[in-house]
Amino acid sequence: MEGLLPELEVIRKDFPILQRTLAGGQPLVYLDSANTSQKPQVVIDTMVDHLERHNANIARAMHQLGAEATEAFEAARGKVAAFIGASAEQTIFTKNASEALNLAANTLAWAGPHQVGPGDEVLITEMEHHSNIVPWQLLCERTGATLRWFGLTDDGLLDLSTIDELINERTKVVSLTWVSNMLGTINPVRMIADRAHQVGALVVVDASQAVPQLPVDVEACGADLLAFTGHKVVGPTGIGVLWGRREVLEALPPFLGGGEMIATVTMAKSTYAPIPHRFEAGTPPIAEAIGLGAAVDYLGHIGMDQVHRHEQTITAYALEGLATVPGLTVLGPREATGRGGAISFEVDGVHPHDIAQVLDSRGIAVRAGHHCAKPAHARFGVQSSTRMSSYIYTTPAEIDALVDGLEYTRSYFKLG
Amino acid sequence: MSATTPDLDSLYQEIILDHYKHPLNAGLREPFEAEVHHVNPTCGDEVTLRVHVTDGKVVDISYDAVGCSISQASTSVMTDLLIGRSVEEAMGIHEVFLTLMQGKGQVEPDEDVLEDGIAFAGVAKFPARVKCALLSWMAWKDATASAAATSAVEPVETKEKQ
Repeated sequence: MEGLLPELEVIRKDFPILQRTLAGGQPLVYLDSANTSQKPQVVIDTMVDHLERHNANIARAMHQLGAEATEAFEAARGKVAAFIGASAEQTIFTKNASEALNLAANTLAWAGPHQVGPGDEVLITEMEHHSNIVPWQLLCERTGATLRWFGLTDDGLLDLSTIDELINERTKVVSLTWVSNMLGTINPVRMIADRAHQVGALVVVDASQAVPQLPVDVEACGADLLAFTGHKVVGPTGIGVLWGRREVLEALPPFLGGGEMIATVTMAKSTYAPIPHRFEAGTPPIAEAIGLGAAVDYLGHIGMDQVHRHEQTITAYALEGLATVPGLTVLGPREATGRGGAISFEVDGVHPHDIAQVLDSRGIAVRAGHHCAKPAHARFGVQSSTRMSSYIYTTPAEIDALVDGLEYTRSYFKLG
Repeated sequence: MSATTPDLDSLYQEIILDHYKHPLNAGLREPFEAEVHHVNPTCGDEVTLRVHVTDGKVVDISYDAVGCSISQASTSVMTDLLIGRSVEEAMGIHEVFLTLMQGKGQVEPDEDVLEDGIAFAGVAKFPARVKCALLSWMAWKDATASAAATSAVEPVETKEKQ
């Protein structure tokens, strides 16, 4: 099939979990990568090697192990930065994307040049993950600002017809997802960022589903702050990233106070370390950061253009296959172009939980529920959906297994 | 390769699928003394449930629910079991069902008490689905407690068992 990763079988061998079987000897068909991706051996080995041979706390231990750990941690920062076209100083390690977005939303509530206050507006979209809704609701509740949002079209795109009204002189922050975790939609981030900048608003981008799927250049995309998580880019859990424009990061007040984020501390007052350490209080997830460095190296070696092409090919094949299942409706764009690798759908007469349960009995792992995007589900008049999401190790045969599994599910529940 | 693991059929008993397709006592009715709305935050299943209690008797349980086969069938079975009982008897059945659901598949279901409810014994082996089965049962207990609190006609044991 044209467009698949040429070394797909070799890549699959890099992921040990894909070799295991499930109950009843079923092979694993993992179609839940938008939830979390699987990990290649090199990421696992890198983390184990660090823990076995180099473990020490960083930036404070005056011994050889401390020096090795610090060097590995900062080298990982450099790899992650290079992967997104950033400088290392502007690449902050967080616990996950949620923490990165909360860092942004919290520090914007506090005194500083970007402080949000009464009368200001914060603009988000109806297709956000809860982690890019709730922090902004909290910000608005705490500051007296007003939360507004872009609605969605029936095709699952942002409704930009109201953009002139929504982005106005009161708009202080525009925060949006680059790629929807539910609808798969790729949003025109640069265009919206340009409009936001015309009124002096800060642009925050949730790139949790974009960094795994697309070549990302943070400078070119128009973001002022950009968040993503490590575990969706074949890295470990417990590590996320916040990137920011230098002048924005330097203007934001500190977030968490503690060790490593200070320059000096007296009982009366503290001064703070320069970025990025100013936003990294306490001992960070060291092995996880180093694992993430290995993960982005791995993806970089494959090439993100190739990854995107593979995802588009698999998504197109999946959309085609899903269209053959009677009573199945895809939520979001029907064409693979302009989509990431997540497809949410409904099947008439079977609840998503029941679909997922029957698929699981055949070794097929999908997600069922609201995918932390309840407002987007409500927009389409559904309470929940089933979501398949592919990644670099997904084969057309696995999509066939999904389609067969869905046919079987319909017969199990005695639908036509 | 068999099409399903045996567990799937133990989860989806015919009784459950029948109640799912033909739910008993569905819809919201009047009169009622209390109405509650419960959700399962992990999956989004929802139930709006009303209770009509007179002289310590469960006269009616009416509901509007969205959710999977397990949660829908469980609601149907519950209303069928509890309507017409005394509140005290109904609370006893609630306890028995709760014990079954929290028994990790190790509890032998009592058909004399639970009737169609014994079909849910298999659900207890699927930890992710136990909440589905309990959603409306918890809603009923909550609604009955607030009905008792507002009408004060009949005192009802409202303490949640942990």
